[in-house]
Amino acid sequence: MRKMKTLVTLIVLTLGIVIGPSAIAAKSSLNLGMVLEPPHLDPTAGAAAAIDEAVYANIFEGLTRIDKNGAVKPALASSWTVSDDKKTYTFNLQKNVSFHDGAVFDADDVVFSLDRARAKDSVNAQKALFKPIESVTKRDAHTVVVTLAQPTGGFLFNMGWGDAVMVDEASAAKNKSHPIGTGPFKFSKWVKGDRVVMVRNDSYWGTAAKLKSATIKIIPDPAAAASAILSGDIDAFANYPAPESLAQLESDPRFKVVIGTTEGETILSTNNQRGPFKRLKVRQAIAHALDRKAVIDGAMFGYGTPIGTHFAPHHPAYVDLIATHPYDLKKAKQLLTEAGYPDGFKAVIKLPPPSYARRGGEIVASQLRKIGIDLEIIPVEWAQWLDQVFKNKDYDLTIVSHTEPMDIGIYARKDYYFAYDSPRFQELMKELDATVDTQARYDILGQAQRLISQECVNGFLFQLAKHGVWNKKLRGLWENSPVQANDLTEVYWVD
Amino acid sequence: MRIFLIKRIFTLLLTLLVATLVVFVVLEILPGDPAAVMLGINAEPETLNALRAQLGLNRPVWVRYLHWVADLTTGNLGISYTYDVPVSELILSRITLSFPLALLAMTLSTLIAIPMGIMAASHHNKPMDFLVMSFSQMGIAIPNFWFAMLLTLLFSVTFRLLPAGGFAGWDAGILPAFKSLLLPTIALALPQAAILARVTRSALLEVLEEDFIRTARAKGVNNQGTLWKHALRNALIPVVTIMGLQFSFLLAGTIIIENVFYLPGIGRLIFQAISQRDLIVVKNLVVLLAGAVIMINFMVDLLYAAIDPRLRGGENV
Repeated sequence: MRKMKTLVTLIVLTLGIVIGPSAIAAKSSLNLGMVLEPPHLDPTAGAAAAIDEAVYANIFEGLTRIDKNGAVKPALASSWTVSDDKKTYTFNLQKNVSFHDGAVFDADDVVFSLDRARAKDSVNAQKALFKPIESVTKRDAHTVVVTLAQPTGGFLFNMGWGDAVMVDEASAAKNKSHPIGTGPFKFSKWVKGDRVVMVRNDSYWGTAAKLKSATIKIIPDPAAAASAILSGDIDAFANYPAPESLAQLESDPRFKVVIGTTEGETILSTNNQRGPFKRLKVRQAIAHALDRKAVIDGAMFGYGTPIGTHFAPHHPAYVDLIATHPYDLKKAKQLLTEAGYPDGFKAVIKLPPPSYARRGGEIVASQLRKIGIDLEIIPVEWAQWLDQVFKNKDYDLTIVSHTEPMDIGIYARKDYYFAYDSPRFQELMKELDATVDTQARYDILGQAQRLISQECVNGFLFQLAKHGVWNKKLRGLWENSPVQANDLTEVYWVD
Repeated sequence: MRIFLIKRIFTLLLTLLVATLVVFVVLEILPGDPAAVMLGINAEPETLNALRAQLGLNRPVWVRYLHWVADLTTGNLGISYTYDVPVSELILSRITLSFPLALLAMTLSTLIAIPMGIMAASHHNKPMDFLVMSFSQMGIAIPNFWFAMLLTLLFSVTFRLLPAGGFAGWDAGILPAFKSLLLPTIALALPQAAILARVTRSALLEVLEEDFIRTARAKGVNNQGTLWKHALRNALIPVVTIMGLQFSFLLAGTIIIENVFYLPGIGRLIFQAISQRDLIVVKNLVVLLAGAVIMINFMVDLLYAAIDPRLRGGENV
């Protein structure tokens, strides 16, 4: 019996120690939740959004940067001049900048970084950004001259992408697992599968970050994300993965829920060279049969902005074209009859894993069934999607969100998976590249939006929303995401 | 005993070799180009080719297979395509979570299950038996991920006593690490215990019917004595078999629990590696797990021999 007593005491004691009050987090650190783990941490060598979401503006910086409103701002280039023929950019670099390992940042690093990205053996996922560059030369230690083959209106914006950040020749090869940049945060450690830790860079050249450290925790499961934020383990989710529980969080006084916009145009991608989809009337019929609100309500719990073309609604150049093809089943059926399919037809829709696609696909299929288009739903995983749909164009329809900023240019690639070949559109994009004046660029972008909307290249569904959830005492997180990033440079706590 | 051992080790190696071949062939057939997965939908063909060359993916198939098997024997498992760190380092860091977690869960489950099974068997058809069986029925019926979510809701969200998930890491100290493993251990152990208790009970009941038990009783050994000295040892064979299976499952099959508690374990590593087409991690991990399962079975066989002297002869096995 005495033994028993000792045992019980022991158990109680152990539990007491184990379950004791957890240390209260000092208010100079942040636990940020992220759904997907970055495959690695080098933004110049991969397309995964999670890479930029961890390191962009925090660890790595480019010549320019994109701010929370999507505008181009100076970063490592403090200023620049553009020649009259719009082909020569002279960048004046920030002085007294060093990499996290102490190496000095100067013109040589710019030449190295840009040459590396556009080299023959480059593995940069957005190599097209560097295509217009003809040469990069150092004028002096703090001046770099970039010459373009043809005027490129979006060049400064392109240099603000995560894929165009500045790296040091000595450390570039190791950036995947141990990133060395110039940013306000230094990489500290990465417990793979669990968290990425960064600490403030005390010798930062610009305004120092307010947080002493930031930890990105990887939480892939929506239910686990909900428990993590409710229990206080996580201070903020820039993209909260469980929209179904947003209402509950909104009513909780501890949290702030922010619905922002993203660059993610979610579209019913259509193979324009296959079967019935070759015909404009069939594509128009589909456009008239799509009830965007039902898709947003059903697949996204009501969060999302309907779009009528491939462009982000928050951008000043956006043209609202939803009314071009209003929801009208009668008209849709009539168009289908005119196209020679009075009884409809059978087709296949391949759906990648994200819930917007899987849930959205079911709803779209039921909507198209109403006009006689009978869709067979085939769920595929990402790798299969990339292989079958994206690379080999072996598909009729699919749903996917195009999250790259300002990516309407993909409609000019005739071998792209939409298989859309329009000389008129390609002409427009050439014109856009050659135009530097903002208003003139917007006009061209407007024409481009109208063209793909009229030709119903794809079914345009909605712009993905960004569901941010964070502690009410947290300030400075981005509400929208004009680029895929979790810029922590201005984040701080209030009491 | 020696012949028995040599035979077993030979089968073990052969099984491993077959496993490498199957894994390699399956991954070759699997659609999906690792380079395309890594570079996404804006990448150009030239860039993809450059990356394929960098990853060594454009060598002939059989050359890659032979290289891999040769590398396996030296323990050099290569560099992960996506993480860009040695695969062995990656696997090792996950094992430091998965193995202790499996061991903890197994220990807890055994500590709960065996006494319960014995109690149920010795009180056959009495209220205690009924109680144990209802617990067991419930434990089997309740999905462990749901139970895990309830645990987090109670201990993390409501009482804020334990972290809702994540793994502090052993370098953060034994206590924080143990704290982050406590709820997952319980969530994993209870359903396993439910099954194990059932098996223990039925194995004991069966043995208690045997002639030698009747003989022991007739010779005057009391109830407790027959149970502990004679019946239990003979009932252990099926119990050990189930434990072996459960431990194999705990090592790699805990992906759901790892997701609920966002733990960086083996299960999630393999799942992530498959979806990112990090094939080099997938194939090494699968072979490693196959090896682990074979080893566990081997140890279970040795335990049989330890429990039952009749199995030690070798020639009869």
